[in-house]
Parts: sequence; C-alpha cells; structure tokens
Amino acid sequence: MKSVTINPVTRLEGHGKISIFLNDLGDVENAYFQVPELRGFEKFCEGRPVEEMPDITSRICGVCPEAHHIAATKTLDAVFHVDPPAAAKKVRELLYSAFIVADHTTHFYILSGPDFIMGPTAPKAERNILSVIAKVGRDVGTSVIKHRSEALDVIAMIGGRRVHPTCGVPGGVSKPITESERTRMQEIAQSEVEFAKFTLKLFDEVVLGNKEYVDLITSNMYATTTYYMGTVDEQNRVSFYDGKIRVVDPEGKEFAKFPAADYQQHIAELVEPYTYLKYPYLKKVGWKGLVGGMDSGVYRATPLARLNVSDGMATPVAQEEYKRMYETLGGKPIHSTLATHWARLIELVYAAERMLELSRDPEITNPNVRTIPTAVPDEGVGAVEAPRGTLFHHYKTDNKGMVKNVNLIVATTNNHAAISMSIKQAAQGLIRNGQVSDGILNKVEMAFRAYDPCYACATHALPGQMPLDVKIYKKDGTLLQNLRRP
Amino acid sequence: MTKPKVAFNWASSCGGCEIAILELGTKLLDLRDKVDIVFWPAAFDFKYSDVEAMADKDIDVTFFNGAIQNSENEHVAKLLRTKSKLLVAFGACAYGGGIPALANTTNREQVFKRIYKETPTTENPNEVYPKAKVEMKEGELTIPEFYSTVKTLDQTVDVDYYVPGCPPVAQQVSNVIDVFITGDLPAKGSVLGAKNKSLCHECKRVKGDRKITKLVRTYQTLPDPEKCMLEQGIICMGPATRGGCGAECLNANMPCRGCYGALPNVIDQGGKMLSALSSIFGVDSEEEIAKLVEQVADPIGTFYRYSLARSLMRRTRT
Repeated sequence: MKSVTINPVTRLEGHGKISIFLNDLGDVENAYFQVPELRGFEKFCEGRPVEEMPDITSRICGVCPEAHHIAATKTLDAVFHVDPPAAAKKVRELLYSAFIVADHTTHFYILSGPDFIMGPTAPKAERNILSVIAKVGRDVGTSVIKHRSEALDVIAMIGGRRVHPTCGVPGGVSKPITESERTRMQEIAQSEVEFAKFTLKLFDEVVLGNKEYVDLITSNMYATTTYYMGTVDEQNRVSFYDGKIRVVDPEGKEFAKFPAADYQQHIAELVEPYTYLKYPYLKKVGWKGLVGGMDSGVYRATPLARLNVSDGMATPVAQEEYKRMYETLGGKPIHSTLATHWARLIELVYAAERMLELSRDPEITNPNVRTIPTAVPDEGVGAVEAPRGTLFHHYKTDNKGMVKNVNLIVATTNNHAAISMSIKQAAQGLIRNGQVSDGILNKVEMAFRAYDPCYACATHALPGQMPLDVKIYKKDGTLLQNLRRP
Repeated sequence: MTKPKVAFNWASSCGGCEIAILELGTKLLDLRDKVDIVFWPAAFDFKYSDVEAMADKDIDVTFFNGAIQNSENEHVAKLLRTKSKLLVAFGACAYGGGIPALANTTNREQVFKRIYKETPTTENPNEVYPKAKVEMKEGELTIPEFYSTVKTLDQTVDVDYYVPGCPPVAQQVSNVIDVFITGDLPAKGSVLGAKNKSLCHECKRVKGDRKITKLVRTYQTLPDPEKCMLEQGIICMGPATRGGCGAECLNANMPCRGCYGALPNVIDQGGKMLSALSSIFGVDSEEEIAKLVEQVADPIGTFYRYSLARSLMRRTRT
C-alpha cells in the first residue's frame, strides 16, 4: 500500500498533518488528519483560583484569546451565581464585537482572500497578501491594516492589552468606559461598518461576479452534508456573545435548542489513538464514523453553520446580505464548505454594525460595571461563539472557589470530524489509479482553509499560503514522487 | 552590507508571540527590507528540511517562542541551535515555561486520564489514549511524544538572549529587533526588551507605606484605580516582576500576574514575591511567613504563573 503524507497542513510544521493511504488500485483507501499537539489545560487548571481562569485560558490561543477570556468570564458568572450589571454585559459584547471584526478581517484578506481575489488558477507566487494588495490597490492594503489595528485599539481600551486582554471578572468587567473612549470607539466603529460593506462589495465583484468561482462554491467536491450548531438570540438571530445554542439537521429543521449549561446532554467526544484532538459529535444522534448525513452525529460550527441555524441577522445591512446569500445559493441550509467565506463576511458586517450600536448606547459609559458576588461558588458553564465555532468552558470548584474540574470544547474542535471528511473527500476526488494530481495541493488546502482552522493559530499570518509537502511512497518505502508547493 | 539572516519559530505556546510580531504592522514590511528572513513557518513557506540543509551557524539570529513540551519541540530547538549564531528565547514560554509549564504541577498520565477519560463529554469505555506511534490497518501513523515535564528553551539548548512577556509588547519587540539590526549586542545571557527595574517603577498607582494584614481575591473587591493593588490587599506581582510592558494590566484595574519574569539577578520570581509580600505584611519570622503563605489561595499558580519551569522548584512531585 502506498501512503501520501501532507505535512504540515497549516503554515506551521508539526501542528497538523495529513496521511493518505492508497489501496492496491491506487485509489484512496483512507485519509487521516492528525493534530500532534497537546498542552493539558483541563488538568493543570485544577487547584487554581477560579477567578484566574480568564487570564490562564486566554493562553490556549494567542490569535483568539478574547474568545477564551470572555467564555471564561461568563463561566465565572455562572460559578458565582452572579448577574453582571447591564452596562458590563454591553462592554463585554463591545469588546467581543471588535474582536470578531479584527479576526474575520484578518481571515478574509490575509488567509482566504488570495484564493479568491487572485483566483484559484493564479500562479502560486501570486497567491499571497502582497499580490492581493497589488491587485486591489495599495490604499486597500493600508485600509486592511488600519481597520484591523483600530479594532484592536477598542479591545485594548476595554481590556488593557492588545493581545490577551485582562478585564474579565465574575459579575462584570474591571473598569468602565470613559466618555472620551466612547467617542473614539464610535468613530472607529463607523469606519469599521463602511470597511465591512466595502469588503462585501469586493467579494461581490471579484467572486460572485465570476461564474468560475460561483461554480467552485457550489461544486459537489466542497459540499458536506452535516448537522449545524450556533448560538442564537431570542428571535433566533445570530449572536456571538450570548444566547441559546441551536442545532439544525442536514435538512435545516431544528434538532435541538439548549442553554450552554445543558451542553453535556448534547455533545459527546470520541478519542482516537493517532491524534491528540478528540472528535465531538451529537450525543443523541451518535458516532457513526467520519461520515455525513442524518444518521451521523457529525456537526459543523462555523460562520456558515451559524447562519444556517439562524433565522436572520440582528442588524440591517447584515440582514439584507443574509437574505441575498440564501436567495443566490438556493435556500437553507447551505452545505457548500466554500460558502463559509461569504457567511464570514456577512458576520463581519453584523459585528461592525453591532460595535456601532453598542458604542452609541447611552448605557455603555455607565460606571456601574461590577456586581460583587456573594453566593458560594460551585459549578458553571459558559459559552460564546468564537470566530471558528461554539466555545464551551465548564468549571467545578470547591466552596472557596478553587478549581476542581475543568472541561473545554474549543471552537475548531467542533469541526474536527468535518475537516477530516472534507480532506478525505478532496483526496478521493483527485487521486485515482495512483495518479496524484498536482491540483490536490491547492484543492485540499481550500477545503481545509474554509474552516479557518485554529490548530496552529498562526494560520492567520502572512502571506496567506500554506506550504504543502506531499510525499508518495511505494510500499517498499522508496520515494516515488514529491510534490511541493513552494 | 549583507542583511542579517533571521529565523522565527514557535514550540509549545499559544501563537500570541507570533501575533506580537505581526503587531509591528507596517513596520513589519520595513523589517523585510532590513533583514533576510530565512525561516518563519507561521508566515513564510520554509520547511524544516530547508533548515537541515543549511550550513551550521548560517542563521544570524533565531527568535524562538514556546516552551519545550514534546519531542518535536525539542528536535527543532536542537536543530535551530546548531544552525544559528545567536538564539533568543522569545516570550514567557521559551524564557520561563509560561502558562504551559503549569503542567509541571501534574504529569502526562494525569493529563491523559483527565482529558481522554474523565472529562464529562468524553465517551471512552475502551480507554483509548493517543500514542506516539500507532499501527492502523492501512499503515503506521506517528505524532510527537508528549513530555511530563515542560522545560524552558535554555534547559534544552544553549541560549544567548532572553525576551520576556506574554506576549512581549509591540514597542519592546521593535526595540529588540533594532538591537540585532544595529549589531550593538549586550553581554551573552542578557534580557532584552524589558527594564532592569520592577514593574512598580512604571506603575502610576499611588503607593504609601501602608501595612496590610489580610489578602483579598480579585473577585471580592472593587479596587481603587488610583492606589497600589498590594496596599489594597490584592496580590500583584509588580514588586517581583520586570518592568517594560507599560503596566497595561494595572491600567485596566487588574493586578500584575508576572508575565515579564523575575528581576535582574533574581533566580526565583516566586521567592522574591514572597519576600516582597512579607515586607508589606511587616512579618519576618518563619512562622509568620508560613501563616502568610496559608493566606495565599494558590502560591505556585500565583507566584510562578509564568515562570514555574525556570524556578528553583521546576516542578512539583506527582
């Protein structure tokens, strides 16, 4: 049997690996996606004072520390049975909206943008952010850097730091927003809204205006039929900071809707010996292996999943764009993995509009941003929608608030099974009779990248191109072919 | 003048140090004019094999972030040491072990048991655990071996300079890179991108000489944003931590947690903190100090939050 190894699948060596095994006919027998990294937070957080969890768990990911920080902070509210003042919830959501703006902007322009803006058939040397800037204009490039940076300014004004903010406390946030900060935040938010609208227009012109791209988005090779998960508000609209978790089946019908505290009834995780990452699945459907469909518990939690589980967006421009996407792609749910990019931009518009609403909210500068907890701490669950999916934190403490047990379901992990399936599907579509098409490098990468996987965090970094090294070995171990993406 | 050859790498860390470099923004583009980046897996398309093919000491300076927590981290650290003239431990994890080194309060078996068996969502009746090498029906699959003890970079290979911070703040990253561009290098073993005085020297809060008798935890109190945290009974690592970050956490009305590491000529950050705390409590007998430690909710996780691997203790027995 021949084996094909793609290592790394991210831009980082050793943080993701694909092994493809061919059968005697030279077709794909199986493909394994491996995550070779573990740090052990669920264990070493035991014995820590629970109020330190927002500081400690934000170090799970330096790219999306805000997601862990806020999920941990919400978990503290639950552990201490304390309800933060309205202003504190708004301040947290404002920080969170700024974070989504920064993160989605980075993903579109730096990571996935080159695939679309330069085109899937463009020379590889051109498929990076610098070429994107050359094509769309230097002004746009400067604007990307400016808007990402200003969203981080908002995060730093609230959370003290640009990376690993520190404002989360049980019952609120560590300090209020001043009027001069609010004024600056409103200016930034206004500019972010315009920038988000511009980004969607760019996507319209470059991607949706081109039949080749639309065909790619709707092609079967990138469609995976799964359940979807995401957080919704009281009117079933997309919500990042808080709400109930809704799951729809592959036909788009509501399968479950539950508060975060009930997550254990809905999610279970499988362990495999070849990877450090577990495979979550819907407990009530069950694990049927790496397959899609109604009988398989595999689900996705991505920007597309969030739109699929919701009935709309809570802000006006995002709502218009939401309607347009489903009209264009033929109704809900959309199974095409590549439509995730479109969904992400609709979320970008929503997050920017929400930032603006919150920065104009008269209550946002209310100095009362903390309720000191008085109840005995015991146990709590907190969840947010991280950019890459629903993120769950669950802590148990003793009566002094010292951590006894921790469970975490990290955003990208939700998509572990679906990512593995997308990779196998792309490999099966491209490898026949032992012939490995050069196109597999790009096609596998596009399937993978749509999830914006955060195994390696720095998949967000410049210049938007993953090095792939595909080695094909004969059964005796000699190298038959080596395809490299430079 | 030939441009210096520079490499960046990460091991066991969160990726925040990579973001800290990206935080240079447009200055990052200037950097590309001043140095020749020969290896940066997070951003450029180079492979380990490219590094293996280099002559020894071909790279002028390597910035290495992340602790050493598995066999691959160790392999890459050794490889980059051989290929680099200068090796810099960049960020709290490479310098002191960082948050991952809190795993030194436990061990591999306990970590595996918790994550792959006991967590409430895990369904693992057959007790399957990840293995470095596993035979599947199609062939062999490998992943790096997870270590029980997290090490700093300099416990693994020889290190020339250190840059503290979780992550290092953007201005300090910029200062550090300038040091290597100008070639005006300090003595081997120096800490770069930080001050030689404690954080208290750049903290704007008013400090009296009030003695305290009781500690409070952050969730229990609304701190006065103008006054010293310690004098309000809140543990703040400022007196035992290097300055240079701009006291960002204090400005957000939260205490310092020590991510910039120990002061100059101090080996053990936690030991220094205990003596600072003893002084503010006005106690000096062993008995009184022991009582004081009892008041600290989590001495190891508080005094050594970012530096356990570098401490005298390194790990607790498990």
